[in-house]
Amino acid sequence: MKTLNEMKLSFPSRSANEAFSRTALSAFTAMLDPTIEELADIKTAVSEAVTNAIVHAYGKKIGIVYIHAKILEANRIVIRIRDTGCGIEDVKQAMEPMYTTCATGERSGLGFAVMEAFMDKVKVRSRPGHGTSVTLEKTILSKGAELHADHC
Amino acid sequence: MPLKLYTKEKQVIACLAGEIDHHGAGRLREEIDETLERVRPDRLILDFRDVTFMDSSGIGLVMGRYRLIREWEGAVEIHNPSPSIKKVMRLAGLDRIASIHSSPPQSGVNSDKTEAKV
Repeated sequence: MKTLNEMKLSFPSRSANEAFSRTALSAFTAMLDPTIEELADIKTAVSEAVTNAIVHAYGKKIGIVYIHAKILEANRIVIRIRDTGCGIEDVKQAMEPMYTTCATGERSGLGFAVMEAFMDKVKVRSRPGHGTSVTLEKTILSKGAELHADHC
Repeated sequence: MPLKLYTKEKQVIACLAGEIDHHGAGRLREEIDETLERVRPDRLILDFRDVTFMDSSGIGLVMGRYRLIREWEGAVEIHNPSPSIKKVMRLAGLDRIASIHSSPPQSGVNSDKTEAKV
């Protein structure tokens, strides 16, 4: 599918950037004229993926979180959140609802479940010791304000 | 993140506001727990009326407070979550550990129970 618009963002894995990154993606998605619910879905899914990178991939270290978002034809938005942190040994296990490596009991283990429930497609690629990339995809259906190439 | 805590007899009301994420959840947890441990209430009411965003960190926050208050047989109530926050709560099955209400907790908590499920 043809890319109509795109943006790239990179920032250090400080937790203050969780709000910054989801707000930035919300502003980028806004040009597709989504409903409030669709926007909330995207903000929540991005927040989950970025929080995973900050909390799990980098932990106490500060690394860089990279986001590459694209708007494709047919109101499709694709958002890739990538880190160069510790990686995930067993992606399937990490994606199981309620699975968490957090021992304090303050993390619900629902990050991937939320991403999967709120987006159309979630793809996770990871190499232990090298990093993880999470690709989120969603078609903005509601208002149908389709973005055409000549409007970008 | 602004947080207001009120104590009335054996209940604690926590009025949350703004965005609840991993960044802000730690401080909220500390402040709420400090009051919970001091008062040991029968009921903790979490009022989400002014919360504009919440991800699964908020689920962890509610679950953690539930675990604490259960130590002395207390209960957790959730009031006024927005539709998108309710969606996250429903996904997590929070209604299994806390009752969820659509109306404000201030005017007599029991009579406000207009919605029992998320």
